[in-house]
Amino acid sequence: MLTYLANPARFMRASAAVLPYLGAATITVLAAGLYLALIVAPPDYQQGESVRIMFVHVPAAILAEGVYYVIAAASFVALVWRHPLADVGAQAAAPLGAAFTLVCLVTGSLWGRPMWGAWWVWDARLTSVLVLFFLYLGYIALVNAFDDPGRGARAGAVLALVGVVDLPIIKFSVNWWNTLHQPASILRLGGPAIDASMLVPLLIMAAGFALLFATLLLLRMRTALNERKARALRLAAPERRAAAPTDATPALR
Amino acid sequence: MGAYLGLFRRELLLAVRQGGEIGLALGFFVLAVVLFPLGVGPEAEMLRRIGAGIIWVAALLAAVLSLDRLFAADHADGNLDLLALSAMPLEGVVLAKCAAHWVTTGLPLTLISPFLGELVDLDSAALPLLALGLLIGTPALSLLGAIAAALTLGARRPGVLSSLVVLPLYLPVLIFGAGAVEAGIAGTGARPHLLLLGALTLAALPLAPLAAAAALRQALD
Repeated sequence: MLTYLANPARFMRASAAVLPYLGAATITVLAAGLYLALIVAPPDYQQGESVRIMFVHVPAAILAEGVYYVIAAASFVALVWRHPLADVGAQAAAPLGAAFTLVCLVTGSLWGRPMWGAWWVWDARLTSVLVLFFLYLGYIALVNAFDDPGRGARAGAVLALVGVVDLPIIKFSVNWWNTLHQPASILRLGGPAIDASMLVPLLIMAAGFALLFATLLLLRMRTALNERKARALRLAAPERRAAAPTDATPALR
Repeated sequence: MGAYLGLFRRELLLAVRQGGEIGLALGFFVLAVVLFPLGVGPEAEMLRRIGAGIIWVAALLAAVLSLDRLFAADHADGNLDLLALSAMPLEGVVLAKCAAHWVTTGLPLTLISPFLGELVDLDSAALPLLALGLLIGTPALSLLGAIAAALTLGARRPGVLSSLVVLPLYLPVLIFGAGAVEAGIAGTGARPHLLLLGALTLAALPLAPLAAAAALRQALD
């Protein structure tokens, strides 16, 4: 499967065939999830209607971290097997992951304001998501910092692997730091268990977010491949123009 | 081993003779610490509270600032290509350069840190903890920094880029380093912090040269 799709032309054909179904599934699942989350699910006994932010916040948080592992896995494949599409995939996924992380931070902030009375709290989880956001930014900046896109891709791949090794260490240290600085001041919302009437919409929303990521990833990869083709054509254009007079001469005559 | 020591000595000589690079990092470190009392006010109470954090943050920034001299000059004049062609593994080259980088930045910062601690009115019992933490933690700063320096070789604006890349990776060092001093003052025991700091350095010792060498190979491709 992986080697079969290593050919960009084959990937373009396969992704073009898959994309409409994937898009339709994304829209259906997200619409169903939003309906269940915003209308069917009951308001929380404590938080009221504002609990509905959770149905966007939690899936975004799951994707924020998940996408980083996708990038790391793709980078590993790119470095070890030199898979030509793994680089494209990793780079296409990075802005998506950063966007999910930002959505997670923003919705968390909006949720925190009425619940905790503060836009931002130096809670361990908030802090590690913020660091994750900076890891994404560093990766994106590094990939785009070179004149040669291939060099940027390989540097980004090494950084993604370094980051994925460091991520658990960062999370551990942030947890450690948090317990040192402010012991147990953060509310554990909703208690340990979550009722099925909320869990089901949440899981559907998470599936919808994952489908959205897959759809956008394929779209972005296709765009990147088309861009690469356009770039190659543009670079080849002067040569063709240089060769053109000899081609054109018969027509002129 | 001989080649390793030779490279180490060469790096040291370059750092010493090339217009006081040690002094530059040190000057930045001191100045950054001095800026804080001017910014937050001279009350000893407040400075004592945040002093350890200030010194650690300044150490991090000083380390980031000195990263570009790890590989950039050798990359520009072609020495790095020669080093890559030599019989010495590239990981060894990275390790030798990191060792020299630490001796010219981390070590001077560590030695001067007790005086800076006095400047921010740090508890006298906390001064050894501060110096010990810096001694244990700064090698990790050099090693992790080498990854960023190698990755950004040949990039546009490598200085800003490497700080964006490496500062999130420095976070654990900062937390355990500043945490050790704080725990020492609070009396909860600095030992676990220092042990974790040591674990970070020991983990970076074999892993960071591998990653940095992989990045260097791609830069030299």
